[in-house]
Amino acid sequence: MSTAQLETGNPKLATDLKDLAQDIVRRAMSGGATAAECVIREDDEFSTLVRLGQVETLKESGSKAVGVRVFYGKRAASTYSSDFSRAGIDRMLSSALELAKITSEDPYAGIPDPSQFGALPGDLDLYFPDVYSLPGTERISYARRTEKAALDYDPRIKNSEGGSFDAATGHKILANSHGFVGEYRRSYCSIAAVPIAQTESGAMQRDYWFSVARSLSRLESPEKVGTIAAQRTLRRLGARKVKTAHVPVVFDPMVANSILDHIFEGVNGDSVYRGASFLAGKLGQKIAGDSVNVIDDGTMPGGFGTSPFDGEGVPTRRTVVIENGVLKSYLLNSYSARKLGLQTTANASRGLAGTPGIGPGNYFLQPGTKTPQAIIAGIPEGLYVTEFLGHGVNLVTGDYSRGASGLWISGGELAYPVEEITVAGNLKEIFFNISEIGNDLEFRGAVACPTIRIDGLTVGGE
Amino acid sequence: MDRNRFFFQHYGLNERDLERYLAAALSAGGDYADLYFEYLSSTSLMVDESMVKSASQGISAGCGVRVIAGERTGYAYTDDLSPERILHAAHTAALIASGPAKTPTVGFQEKPARSLYPVTLPSVDAEITAKVELVMRADSAARAYDRRIKEVRASYADELRHILVVASDGTFAEDSQPLARMNVSCIAKTDASSARGSSGGGGRVALDFFFGEKTPEYFANESARQAILQLDAREAPAGEMEVVLGPGWPGVLLHEAIGHGLEADFNRKQTSAFTGLIGKRVASEKCTVVDNGTMPWRRGSLNVDDEGQPTQNTMLIEKGILKGYLSDKLSARLMGVADTGNGRRESYEHIPMPRMTNTYMLAGEEDPQDIIHSVKRGVYAVNFGGGQVDITNGKFVFSASEAYLIEDGQITAPIKGATLIGNGPDVLTRVSMVGNDLKLDEGVGTCGKDGQAVPVGVGIPTIKIDRLTVGGTAKKDVGSFMQ
Repeated sequence: MSTAQLETGNPKLATDLKDLAQDIVRRAMSGGATAAECVIREDDEFSTLVRLGQVETLKESGSKAVGVRVFYGKRAASTYSSDFSRAGIDRMLSSALELAKITSEDPYAGIPDPSQFGALPGDLDLYFPDVYSLPGTERISYARRTEKAALDYDPRIKNSEGGSFDAATGHKILANSHGFVGEYRRSYCSIAAVPIAQTESGAMQRDYWFSVARSLSRLESPEKVGTIAAQRTLRRLGARKVKTAHVPVVFDPMVANSILDHIFEGVNGDSVYRGASFLAGKLGQKIAGDSVNVIDDGTMPGGFGTSPFDGEGVPTRRTVVIENGVLKSYLLNSYSARKLGLQTTANASRGLAGTPGIGPGNYFLQPGTKTPQAIIAGIPEGLYVTEFLGHGVNLVTGDYSRGASGLWISGGELAYPVEEITVAGNLKEIFFNISEIGNDLEFRGAVACPTIRIDGLTVGGE
Repeated sequence: MDRNRFFFQHYGLNERDLERYLAAALSAGGDYADLYFEYLSSTSLMVDESMVKSASQGISAGCGVRVIAGERTGYAYTDDLSPERILHAAHTAALIASGPAKTPTVGFQEKPARSLYPVTLPSVDAEITAKVELVMRADSAARAYDRRIKEVRASYADELRHILVVASDGTFAEDSQPLARMNVSCIAKTDASSARGSSGGGGRVALDFFFGEKTPEYFANESARQAILQLDAREAPAGEMEVVLGPGWPGVLLHEAIGHGLEADFNRKQTSAFTGLIGKRVASEKCTVVDNGTMPWRRGSLNVDDEGQPTQNTMLIEKGILKGYLSDKLSARLMGVADTGNGRRESYEHIPMPRMTNTYMLAGEEDPQDIIHSVKRGVYAVNFGGGQVDITNGKFVFSASEAYLIEDGQITAPIKGATLIGNGPDVLTRVSMVGNDLKLDEGVGTCGKDGQAVPVGVGIPTIKIDRLTVGGTAKKDVGSFMQ
């Protein structure tokens, strides 16, 4: 079997799209807009899934789309289209100009000040065409090897949702009427395995593991990923329920990420200016334990949250969000910054339509010095959480109650798997109760967190 | 073939072209190929701080080509509907197969179509000023409800999706699928506390739905009511206890606990906790659960699914006995069962798979009041934020956004967001009472699976579950709620 090669990396097309974006901005201005901004996205994707050794799906395609945001003074509207014909673009522009007439005057509306525009220099290690360099049969072989390593690991691994190999590249262009134009490309590839283990009584458990990288050369080996997936699945077999208890809870890095996500939502300028965050009005105040330091850094070379400029054309930067437990900065785009009387932190995220939102760069909790094993060793009875289910978090009040499964800690060791339990508390207290932070920070996405221990939570069970 | 033929008119397609594309898709063999053409136009509006801050419109169009060879699927798509690009996608998808070219069935057959959402003027083409009026009215109504309502966001979104599905088995199906929705979210504040509320609804309806049946004031009042109520909510108890679910949206329990586990793809691969349970008891005999894609105007309804198959009313659980799965074409063929018309996809960029439509439990005979009176100490949950399930071990979770304590048969204090957690294959075996008040949700549900989002509906009458784990934080109540 072979696969067609994608048409990527055409430099001529790149230039054309940059010109097109600037042209669309000019035409919006000559149509009467007082300011305009155009975004163009071009994406390619390849994915293959192998299940029980056989290719199950093979998907390969590309797409592009254009979006425009126009202002009439303090009124704004946006439109988008996947139709790049002259008529398609004309229609997108005229709809935007029409639509802007019905929105409200918002004194804070607008694009950033011209002095704020710019882009980080260099390519920031974001784009490696090697993600598409494997021939089709090799791509399938990566997926097959990842699954095989999981299936071969233990006879109790009896089934599988498959092994996969994915690759993608994206190209983004942003232009506005204040003279900014910028573009960047990013690449991505990953392998994953989702094995299923079964006990003799027939009860099944599923888990997964993956490796993701901007370059094929930085991907972990399929054998390593498959083996970890098998180990993570096997340790869930024979899970039981526990009695309701108040014990220390250790979050493995994958689930600890969710605690960082909640902090992100709490410092998201959009929630803050609306008073919809339990962290609104807390700048300069202690909101977490002394050892808690949270950083957002959109500039890290090769990072999954790195870009040369944000969704409004402002160069990305490093922002200390929490320092020694004290809230130092919110994360803002230009709109929420104006609302709060602050400066943007270059966290604008721009989709094709609508007003820019707020998104993380590389956003992480600074690691401590203890190994995860040492953290667990200090707990006589407790819970080690490896998975959350459901979305029971209220960011207005901080109320927190989530479905969980993991391993019970007894005598400082992981003793047996547990499931069908809940973990509950309030975020305002949870951040103060982060009592230990592991040394195992590793980026598997834009958000990363080491192992953490949190006290004072209610573990709900039988 | 005398219907409106959107893609023939707008893209100059004809049946000969379609046959040519399908032939290209089967040029390397393969058992089956289909083409999914989609043209989606959408509008959205949001009012925040009593200003229309955001308005957007957009159009996306494309074609996805799928080739199936045995259990293997090849897929490619294009957002350029020129013959060259569609042929290129067809040849790419064809690479999944390796054999001599096959010839698709000549001559398409179009089945008689239902008309579950016969709107005369799709809302996406209606006057934008009328939509602005809707969100502004919602904002005013929510603020007028109570002076403690401090923040209001109201949004309106609609879309019109034209689809054309043609397949090498002769399938030819076209549909125009409107969808509209309003949402209102509020924050209530006092010096001592703050709380949120949210409400919304809609369906495959025209704009007049929001000026008649369900007005902006209706959603605004409901949203504000929830926020004010939550200001005084107590901490939720933790542990196993009796749980009464109110009618309507709490049907999300069925969606998570039962529905996903009955999607045929998981059962074909034997990765579902429900694998091999057909004909077995999975619920108390008071429970009968269906997935019904044929309800007029409903958000989860479709005239035809995204493989061109008419949707149907499928019995999932009859008086407690598991009757069947939800299937798409691939699962139906590989498992040797009937296609239930549940093959759905998010867009032309996605491979279809078995998905739910409107999933609900049929009404029982009990008076809802009697159900509440029968509970000594427990939780009455009437609104939920959402839920999630692990298909393989059957564990599900969902979060209550409006719930109350039941003490000595009476509803007493509201409690803060509690999480309910349980095991899909046995939660319904503990249903001891089923009310006579079946209600479907207001039309806001969106289901995610493998990264694909599709609109769905849920419904349930008031039911009592004898034992379910509630995850709250109240320390002093723990003892009294443990069994």
